[in-house]
Amino acid sequence: MKSVLSDKRAIGVLLGPALLVYTLVMLLPMLWSLGYTFFTGSVLGGFDFAGFANFARFWNDPNSGPAVLFTIKYALLVTVGQIVFGYLLALLYTFFLKRASNVVRTLVFFPVVLPTVAVSLLFQKMFEFAPQTGLVNSFLNGLGMESVDWLGNPGTAFVVIAIMDIWRAMGFYGVLLYTGVIDIPDDVMEAARLDGAGTFSLIRRIVIPLSWPVIIAAGIFSINGTLKVFDSIYALTGGGPGTSTTPLTLYMYRTAFAGGDYGYGSTIALMLTIMCLLVTVAIFRSTARNSKEFS
Amino acid sequence: MFHSTSRGRRTVLAAAAAAVVAVGLAACSSGGSGAASSAKEFTFLAINENSTIPKVLTSLSENECAAENKALPLKINKQAQASLDQQLQLLGGQNALPSAFVSPNSPDLLKELDGAGKVADFTGTDVEKSIVPVALSGVHTLYDDKTLVLPTELNIEGIWYNKALLEKAGVSEPTSWESLKDSFATLDSAGVQPISAAGKGGDGWGVTRWVGAYIYRTLGPDALKKISDGSAKLTDPEYTDAANVIAELGSAGYFGPSPSSIDYATALNQFLTGQAAYYYMGSWAVSAFNDTEQNKIGADNIGFLPFPAVSGGAGSADQTPANVGTDIAFSKSAYDGDEKVKSWASCIAANYGAAALREGQITGFAVNGDVEVPPLTQLVQTEIADSGETVQWFEALFGPAATTASQTNGGPLGSGQLTGSDFMNTVQSSLGN
Repeated sequence: MKSVLSDKRAIGVLLGPALLVYTLVMLLPMLWSLGYTFFTGSVLGGFDFAGFANFARFWNDPNSGPAVLFTIKYALLVTVGQIVFGYLLALLYTFFLKRASNVVRTLVFFPVVLPTVAVSLLFQKMFEFAPQTGLVNSFLNGLGMESVDWLGNPGTAFVVIAIMDIWRAMGFYGVLLYTGVIDIPDDVMEAARLDGAGTFSLIRRIVIPLSWPVIIAAGIFSINGTLKVFDSIYALTGGGPGTSTTPLTLYMYRTAFAGGDYGYGSTIALMLTIMCLLVTVAIFRSTARNSKEFS
Repeated sequence: MFHSTSRGRRTVLAAAAAAVVAVGLAACSSGGSGAASSAKEFTFLAINENSTIPKVLTSLSENECAAENKALPLKINKQAQASLDQQLQLLGGQNALPSAFVSPNSPDLLKELDGAGKVADFTGTDVEKSIVPVALSGVHTLYDDKTLVLPTELNIEGIWYNKALLEKAGVSEPTSWESLKDSFATLDSAGVQPISAAGKGGDGWGVTRWVGAYIYRTLGPDALKKISDGSAKLTDPEYTDAANVIAELGSAGYFGPSPSSIDYATALNQFLTGQAAYYYMGSWAVSAFNDTEQNKIGADNIGFLPFPAVSGGAGSADQTPANVGTDIAFSKSAYDGDEKVKSWASCIAANYGAAALREGQITGFAVNGDVEVPPLTQLVQTEIADSGETVQWFEALFGPAATTASQTNGGPLGSGQLTGSDFMNTVQSSLGN
């Protein structure tokens, strides 16, 4: 095996096909899309070179600002929610449920394998205001409270989206973070306990610092997923009411595909890519700093 | 092994690369099938939301157009209306349009397809001669005096009302916008939801129809033409005032507690089960009104009110919002290049009117023969015959982006969450002129 891996030609044969496929189906379309950012027009009428006009349009577009703000707001809140609740689940599995955690882990993980559209329809019905009263409003009515038009108001629609996407993904992050927490050596934990550390002190001073790398990895996963959210919002609110819950991805989709404006749509996609890149770099830098602090 | 046989390595590498390139090229080239290769079938792209056209075409293929169907069998494919424009753009770009298809939601897109030489123009042909003047006028208004579509529907729009609910609340049929508005307040205080309107997602046109109709009554029949040619903007005060009037109806709750949660089917159901007094809709809904399964209030309990005149406005109530609704277009390459497709078009033009009327659908085709129709359908026929000047719907002359912006923001406008000014700003910014 060692001789194979030290042979450049062998590496070429092993990696070449995969790289070629990757280049054809990923890199070329990405470069193609990058090229579109400098053009206006459509597949029917043809394209004209537009220089940086699409970028100027993005800057002045009254719809792009709210879409960027919504994307950031959603990504921050849902990422924090997914990681915090995921970590709490991981702690629950490790320190409280211990070996009995298998059933709970399976149940909490279940929403991850459900189709997004099914979950969205479930939440639509649960939070329905009209024409039927959904489960949540029936519960509120039972407590003597007025029904809330959850999906008809921008603020409450955002809350429902956040609850749904945190609930849907926290089982996955729970399992991911659980692998980091159970990896902490028992003797370290035992030593801390002998030194008199209580549960919360143990978690704060031992468990969190030692599982920090996996928390960061989960954070990168989550933030990149939430910045690129599309299907859950498309199925739950369609970006509405109006355009109040429209993230950049949905705005890009509507611009490029429904509106046929591939040039501007590609510009929006490029902006989203840059956002993902900046956030990932920022997380890596802060990780490096935190690693030094913890070491 | 790799150390010893360098020729083998090269062979494997070359074979792998060739296989990947072949797969890639095959993937890249798979889009063009079926372009004008429809010589074996008369392909028609329908939409899920319209069952009448496939039904009538199938009936024609079995009866009046049996010979055409034998020469070129009809094959119907369906897809969601919401993604129809996207699909047609992609198919058009790949020269893969079906022989005929439901025309795009945005008439602007069909004009773009025409500009790219993708759709058949029936202007001056025998097919065009089968179209009644009012429908032809509607088609020409939309498509710059060209006959790019066959009008498989001919609709008028206006306000349908529940006679019993009005009578119970002591409201007589309104004759002006002011009296209509007063009736909303009366009905509301009597505990009756005044208007049923859809506003969920892209169904927001249930509300924007009110905006368009009010603009025509206040600013005259060319008001929205001025927007499309750039001589006026939706953000001009007289336009935002009109949208604000509709937003005020929303703030007062006249469109119901949450139009943003109501889709097209629910709004129709609300009206047909007596949960709302007024319903602005096109006459395509008459087939549902005539259906006793859906209509629980009785067809004879439904009245029709043309959108009333606004005092001091430049428009009048006899300027009827009319359209050719869901119509069909033909691929230019299929129509020009295949006599069998031309025969199909001629047969549809000659026979579709009567066949559709038997299904309760009024079309823009002359009807060959007598067909007995229900009273509400007769009422629509009379209104069409009596209509003077026709006007279009709010988004008729907008591009796809502005149409989407308008229709997705209709719900918040109807619930009073969005002011008329904000609504018009959003739509204007998507118009790009």
